[in-house]
Amino acid sequence: MTGADLLTLQGVHTFIGQFHILEGVEFSVPTGSITVLLGRNGAGKTTTLRTIMGMTPPTEGVVTYNGQTLNGKPPHTIPRLGIGYVPEHRAVFRELTVAENLKISERKTGDFDRQADSIFTLFPDLKRLYTLRGGSLSGGQQQMLAIARALVPDNKLLLIDEPSEGLAPVIIEQMMAAIRELSQHKTVLLVEQNFRVASRLADRYVIIDDGRSVQTGLMADLKDDEATIKRYLGVA
Amino acid sequence: MIKGLLTQRRESVMTTVILFVILIAFTLFASNFDIGTFGVTLLSGLLKAMLLFLVGAGLALIFGLMDILNFAQGGTFMLGAYITYDLVHPNLGALSFLDGIPDPGLRFTVALIFGTAAGGILGYILERGLLRPLYKRPLFQLVLTFGVSIILLELVKLVWGPTPYAWTQRLALQDAQFVLFGQPFSVYRLFVIGMGLVMMVGVIALLRFTRIGIIIRAGVQDPEMVAALGINVRAVFTLVFTLGCALAAFGGGVAVPFLGATLSMGSTFLLASIAVIVLGGLGSFEGTAVGSFVVGIGWASMEQFSARPEIGTVWASLAPMLLLALILLIRPKGLFGEDR
Repeated sequence: MTGADLLTLQGVHTFIGQFHILEGVEFSVPTGSITVLLGRNGAGKTTTLRTIMGMTPPTEGVVTYNGQTLNGKPPHTIPRLGIGYVPEHRAVFRELTVAENLKISERKTGDFDRQADSIFTLFPDLKRLYTLRGGSLSGGQQQMLAIARALVPDNKLLLIDEPSEGLAPVIIEQMMAAIRELSQHKTVLLVEQNFRVASRLADRYVIIDDGRSVQTGLMADLKDDEATIKRYLGVA
Repeated sequence: MIKGLLTQRRESVMTTVILFVILIAFTLFASNFDIGTFGVTLLSGLLKAMLLFLVGAGLALIFGLMDILNFAQGGTFMLGAYITYDLVHPNLGALSFLDGIPDPGLRFTVALIFGTAAGGILGYILERGLLRPLYKRPLFQLVLTFGVSIILLELVKLVWGPTPYAWTQRLALQDAQFVLFGQPFSVYRLFVIGMGLVMMVGVIALLRFTRIGIIIRAGVQDPEMVAALGINVRAVFTLVFTLGCALAAFGGGVAVPFLGATLSMGSTFLLASIAVIVLGGLGSFEGTAVGSFVVGIGWASMEQFSARPEIGTVWASLAPMLLLALILLIRPKGLFGEDR
């Protein structure tokens, strides 16, 4: 069930050093949806997520979340508005245990205790691995942990970058089931290179090409649009 | 992956154990197999280890979290020593507001608190006022902390002059001695070892068991991700810098009763502490703790060894760097280091 727009990007331009990475990205993410950013490698999908999080702030354009403009806010204040970020390559803290990786993202005392049951229902393996160091987990387990970490505080929006990257097919299925499950209560903005995964998960899409958002719409429509898929995603 | 990590860990521990066995054997040799001299040399090594830890802990935390090698850490150690010294010795000059306290022991305790606080305040100002605008320019930060260390040295020279000060206010703990294997050893030095151990356990407990410790350890690996969780990582930077400088100033304060206050003390301990953190493994706090014992004991035994006329005392001052070179030849990442 989707509602009003939770996140909106309007004419966003972002530079990394001297490189003009985003050259006018616009799209919106309706509340309750799973929206996926599609595009070839280097198109600007990850930079879009980082721009929303304030890690590579926009030089032009407006990012609005839940009615508030995010432009100019220090990066650490943006998650506090209710945005969870699961970066590419997971960025699990290797030296910390699974328990510490989860507890560090508490924003209020007791956040983890309140969410523990639902997190361990979603990712039962994490309960078993609770005392192990993050660096000793497999890729799939690290991905579970990274997503679980974003579920500890009561985030409304989750930004998940390449959740299927480098994972075995059976693990990808588990991950997809988990994302579908958590999307019952959260809005999700996903970056996904694997079109099969993206098309099965998302209900909306945004295609980013050369730093511009070139097409948006319902995933159900894109599935049948072979020409667009081939042109922008290189998938036959 | 777990197997790989365990193997790496086992290798670190094994190398450390072998190293300590060699160091103990060398200490015994340097002491001419005299058990009394051996005991005193070992205790001197532990004493040095604690002072190195107090300077090195701050260096390691700051470098681990912020990738800044704080050259001003030695200057902070020296500043802690001079402030403590001045406050304890009446009518010395610059600082006389504790002169009304008649008991030197009590004066020393209060002076130590002031010296430590001065180091903390210096660290706070340095991070907030000078380093923060330069976070995207690491080379500038390096030059800046080096510049601050020179300013501190000149400032100390200006306030207290270039002449070294020997400690003259006897503390009860200094006068008390105990006998170890027939050799006398000052109780105060044992007290410093104890204080160092308390600080070591305290910092380890802070890092292991508190939320701020978890944040610091996470920040050592990925400060950007810590900020992405909604944590003000810059405030953590300030805290760590303040704490690191306060620890160094505390080290200077507890060392001054037996080292005296000299202009060279900062650079001597800074260089040895850099050896400690590199040898222990950059970014590894436990490496710094272990490294301080290795360098401390190695340094003290080399002092003992180089007291022989045919050797020459220059070898003692080279000991930290020689140990560093030796360890890096065997383990280029240091004892507990990982790829950065």
